[in-house]
Amino acid sequence: MSNTPDDRKYADSHEWALLEADGNVRVGITDHAQELLGDLVFVELPEVGQSVGKGDECSVVESVKAASDIYSPVTGEIVAVNDSLEDSPEVINDSPYDDGWIFIIKPVDTAELDDLLEADGYESFTEDE
Amino acid sequence: MVCACRPFFVLGKWMTKKTILNDAHRELGARMVDFGGWDMPVNYGSQIDEHHEVRKAVGMFDVSHMTVIDINGTQAKPFLQYLLANDVTKLTRQGHALYSCMLNETAGIIDDLIVYFLDDTHYRMVVNASTRDKDLAWIEKQAGPFDVTVNERPTLAMIAVQGPKARQKVCPLLPDRLGFSAAEIKPFSACWFGEWFVGRTGYTGEDGFEIILPENKAEGFWKQLLKVGVKPCGLGARDTLRLEAGMNLYGQDMDESKHPLESGLGWTVAWQPEDRDFIGRSALEAKKKQTNEQFVGLILEDKGILRGHQTVVLDDGLKGEITSGGYSPTMERSIALARVPATIGKTCKIDIRGKLKEAIVVKPCFVRQGKVQIENE
Repeated sequence: MSNTPDDRKYADSHEWALLEADGNVRVGITDHAQELLGDLVFVELPEVGQSVGKGDECSVVESVKAASDIYSPVTGEIVAVNDSLEDSPEVINDSPYDDGWIFIIKPVDTAELDDLLEADGYESFTEDE
Repeated sequence: MVCACRPFFVLGKWMTKKTILNDAHRELGARMVDFGGWDMPVNYGSQIDEHHEVRKAVGMFDVSHMTVIDINGTQAKPFLQYLLANDVTKLTRQGHALYSCMLNETAGIIDDLIVYFLDDTHYRMVVNASTRDKDLAWIEKQAGPFDVTVNERPTLAMIAVQGPKARQKVCPLLPDRLGFSAAEIKPFSACWFGEWFVGRTGYTGEDGFEIILPENKAEGFWKQLLKVGVKPCGLGARDTLRLEAGMNLYGQDMDESKHPLESGLGWTVAWQPEDRDFIGRSALEAKKKQTNEQFVGLILEDKGILRGHQTVVLDDGLKGEITSGGYSPTMERSIALARVPATIGKTCKIDIRGKLKEAIVVKPCFVRQGKVQIENE
């Protein structure tokens, strides 16, 4: 059973979004997602300074078998990306909620987070998949 | 007794086929997928770990979904000389094996396979799982005029044990004196005892065996192999290993619309003796003059992953296509096999999601016996 921390919100496209103390939103993919994908071998990171809309594809993670798009859960500007993933994409498999974070967005409106699922909502969603 | 290798029809629908080792895979926590109608393990945790284990030590694969066909009869040899593009006359000692394409009349590849010589009236073929039905129909049809019988062996299972330590792990576990014979056979040869059949062949580029055995012995043998430390490996690792070894995958690198000369398989066609007529020979001779494509290996220089169907853009502007692409765990780079115009030079570009990325062109073989084959890597 994948784990789903309840300190953050979830999209049905398997991203998690964590509102941080400075008002920025940190984004990654869930344990369920990394299990489905298998060993990750490449991550295409967004550019710092890039503007993204909620639901826009802004990153790609590739496992040995397939490429998977990552969608931004909120509208805003990319302020940081996890460069360590360039050489070690497998960190996402080992630590999807901590060291495997992918990018940080400065959101235009944190109310967009209300549209996302809570931890138990995401868990029910993945059980039904 | 229900043969677990046959598809079965229940309540009006076809059930996914399972090999005799299906329960064993699930007990090990395998991630299962539908592979051409078969419920197969794609990995048991990490396909990259499984890949490395085969190159460094030993791993094993359930390949019971593949199709074993015995050709028996006084005309077995002339039949196969006609059926196959490679020449079984090359098989002079008992157990000797040959890799060949089976062509249709227009030289399109129906399948690629291995054929073993047991004796003058008995050859054994191992063909792909996905092509079982059409292969059997074709072989039976072509066998009509010959004094042979075509006998599929659905109650035999098959386990491939591959890696530098494979033979030392397997031999002590084989029944009776088979272990002693197996320790002696050369690469691309087989030995057998009763219903057990051991070929020193494989689909990984490493040493090892492919063991055909009665299906009621398969689970016991699999568990014995686990006990001596052989790592179970799934279809994910099988694909990365064969890609590194430059081994074609039917259905991806070639199909009936392609002939051997444009699929990197010209070396498997035996043109001599000139008077050996085999199915597709005249069509292939005509294509020999026309073919302006070749089959190459690619190594991506930039970061990213090469995938099947991506467009290869040559320096002169002509285009080709990747047939199989992916990640090489041994080289920690992305590699691919591709069908491209013969004018290709030492470098090219690949269109990956709209961006042109740099690649170098190499022979279509990257790793064998644990060693990278490419110079200045």
